[in-house]
Amino acid sequence: MEDCLAKKMEITVSEAEKRTGRNAMNIQETYTAYLIETRAVESQSEGQCAPVESLWRRYSEFELLRNYLLVTYPHIVVPPLPEKRADFVWHKLSADNMDPDFVERRRIGLENFLLRVASHPVLCQDKIFYAFLTQESGWKEMVNETGFQLKADSRLKALNATFRVKNPDKRFTELKHYSDELQSVISHLLRVRARVADRLYGVYKVHGNYGRVFSEWSAIEKEMGDGLQSAGHHMDVYAASIDDILEEEEHYADQLKEYLFYAEALRAVCRKHELMQYDLETAAQDLTSKKQQCEELATGTVRTFSLKGMTSKLFGQETPEQREAKIKVLEEQIQEGEEQLKSKNLEGRDFVKSAWADIERFKEQKNHDLKEALISYAVMQISMCKKGIQVWTNAKECFSKM
Amino acid sequence: DTSLVEVNSFSASVPISPSSMINQYKFEDGPELRDLFITVDDPESHITAIETFITYRVVTKTTRGEFDSSEYEVRRRYQDFLWLKSKLEEAHPTLIIPPLPEKFIMKGMVERFSDEFIETRRKALHKFLNRIADHPTLTFNEDFKIFLTAQAWELSSHKKQGPGLLSRMGQTVRAVASSVRGAVKNRPEMFTEMNNYMETFSQKITLLDKIAHRIYKEERDYFNEMKEYGPIHTLWSASEEDIADSLKGIASCIDRCCKATERRMAGLSEHLLPILHEYVLYSEILMGVLKRRDQIQGELDSKVDTLANKKTEKDLFSEEIGKLEDKVERANNALKADWDRWKQNMQWDMRSSFTNVAENNLRYYEECLATWESFLASQSVDLHVEEDSEDRP
Repeated sequence: MEDCLAKKMEITVSEAEKRTGRNAMNIQETYTAYLIETRAVESQSEGQCAPVESLWRRYSEFELLRNYLLVTYPHIVVPPLPEKRADFVWHKLSADNMDPDFVERRRIGLENFLLRVASHPVLCQDKIFYAFLTQESGWKEMVNETGFQLKADSRLKALNATFRVKNPDKRFTELKHYSDELQSVISHLLRVRARVADRLYGVYKVHGNYGRVFSEWSAIEKEMGDGLQSAGHHMDVYAASIDDILEEEEHYADQLKEYLFYAEALRAVCRKHELMQYDLETAAQDLTSKKQQCEELATGTVRTFSLKGMTSKLFGQETPEQREAKIKVLEEQIQEGEEQLKSKNLEGRDFVKSAWADIERFKEQKNHDLKEALISYAVMQISMCKKGIQVWTNAKECFSKM
Repeated sequence: DTSLVEVNSFSASVPISPSSMINQYKFEDGPELRDLFITVDDPESHITAIETFITYRVVTKTTRGEFDSSEYEVRRRYQDFLWLKSKLEEAHPTLIIPPLPEKFIMKGMVERFSDEFIETRRKALHKFLNRIADHPTLTFNEDFKIFLTAQAWELSSHKKQGPGLLSRMGQTVRAVASSVRGAVKNRPEMFTEMNNYMETFSQKITLLDKIAHRIYKEERDYFNEMKEYGPIHTLWSASEEDIADSLKGIASCIDRCCKATERRMAGLSEHLLPILHEYVLYSEILMGVLKRRDQIQGELDSKVDTLANKKTEKDLFSEEIGKLEDKVERANNALKADWDRWKQNMQWDMRSSFTNVAENNLRYYEECLATWESFLASQSVDLHVEEDSEDRP
């Protein structure tokens, strides 16, 4: 990854700001703008720091960038954006897009997205991406000028449409299956995790009630008073500790969420293969039937039933001149068809090759990232246990002095 | 049993219970002076044409001379315990008679004869008898002895001998009447303080009871969600290769923590909840005892008032008043001594129960910590293996 942009340039999404403005339909709206800061990394930084460049972008521009990348690089597993609306919330987090916690987590997610693209061997070289980072005005026009929306295959958007593909590459079929499983299992996990977090919050917070009552009780006790009072304080500490614990866990959930959305990107690549294969098979079939038609006309034998064949039998054959003309047209079409088929075949093979290379890269990245995430989860649990041990050791000491 | 070691460290004056079955109690005298051991167990259902009820086996072992035998086994039903309690209250109106479990529990909708309900009741009845056995005065009560030793038919006939229902009702009516007359005039400062204390204590203990139940409920809800959480990781591992082991490791950690939280819950329900509940009942009892003392005082006061208006029959009354004065003094002293004893017991019970809660939580967190740390260690091993294989050409 010697040439990737991430090594040459520091990229951060450092701030988020609420803005109001008029949208395309001239309606007033509130939105959040994010500050992207970039700085060239000097290989020999002897106290000389390159200047920081910055520009503001809103979420919809990120979406535009990603859609462009999806269409332009269909063989690449394109990194996902953080979620548009808060999902898998547990009761404390609001589902409001303007909520500061949500905005903060989105800021981190957007930065992560940019870093992922910048570290991708193919995507980081894209000029539109570079312009997204460095050119505030006129970027939208630049993207639209690429005409990528026209290239987009609307069939890819029809998620549930099935194409009867006779010979798909088995690896892609398996991969699609895997991406479906991954999506399903991660969303299930996130949902249950949110419920577990909710319950855990309840357990901790109820202990806070002890503090107040112990304190009031201690007022009427002579010998037990001090023990009660100080134990109550520790119960308060215990109850308060859950807020930080769960906030940290949200970051873990975000890591899993990224791969939930990555599963979709993976699926998109498989779908693209399916479509290409479908087009190829359709074209081949078409060519075969044209060749057959040609042969039949040339030899005069009818091997396959056709309405035309029947009517000509009933109403008399065509003239030799007519037949010759038809054969000529067909032969031209067949010629074209064979060339197209050849290029489609080539395209298909290239796609499979380059897609599979990126998929291998993605698999490695996924395994590495998820393993790290799982380990960080364990680390968080350990930290939570240690805090619990500390608080209850203190509380035990206070109780024993009652 | 490590809890015995803990108890030792509190104070030298707190003796240790020799038997783990009755480890909830503290004894005024050392264990070597205890001569009455009682257990309540083996609930059995009895079905007759009229009713269904439960009897409990009450086993008593003793070295006391007043008992003809050293071991007794009888069966008693809840009604019998109620009878015993009312006899003790009658005989010692200003002593603190331990609480009985309630007749039935409305909240929580526990069925009358569910296993949980019967077990909770059994434990409370066991406590009740042992508290009486520990009481310096109540332990020698005759009705108590009969309760422990008499066969069923003997107990029935003995019950019928006491003052009838009507006379007992009469007492209650008089008691209510005199309390209405406001027998607080000459109440010694000490008992006013006790009253104030009990009002606040009662409030706080009721709140704590509610809080503890709430914590139990939250822990149970958490446990139920956790049960589902682990298996998802196992399911996921089936689709993966490289990270399958890590996922399975997480699944097993979560399952172990799940079991640990179940144990934590059980600890709460076995120790803290019954004690807090017992003291909620105790608050009512104590308020009742203070009222009865006021009544006894009220009797004296009203007689003294009457005497003040009848100067001629002074001699006749003075003997009566003397008796009443003695009665008041005895009642006051009995209550004062029992109050001090009750407060000490309460302090000990609270200290031991809450310490137990803290220990439960410590155990829980220590178990979970060990689980996660061993998972982490296993992952580091994997990482090293990976690194080594990368170095190889």
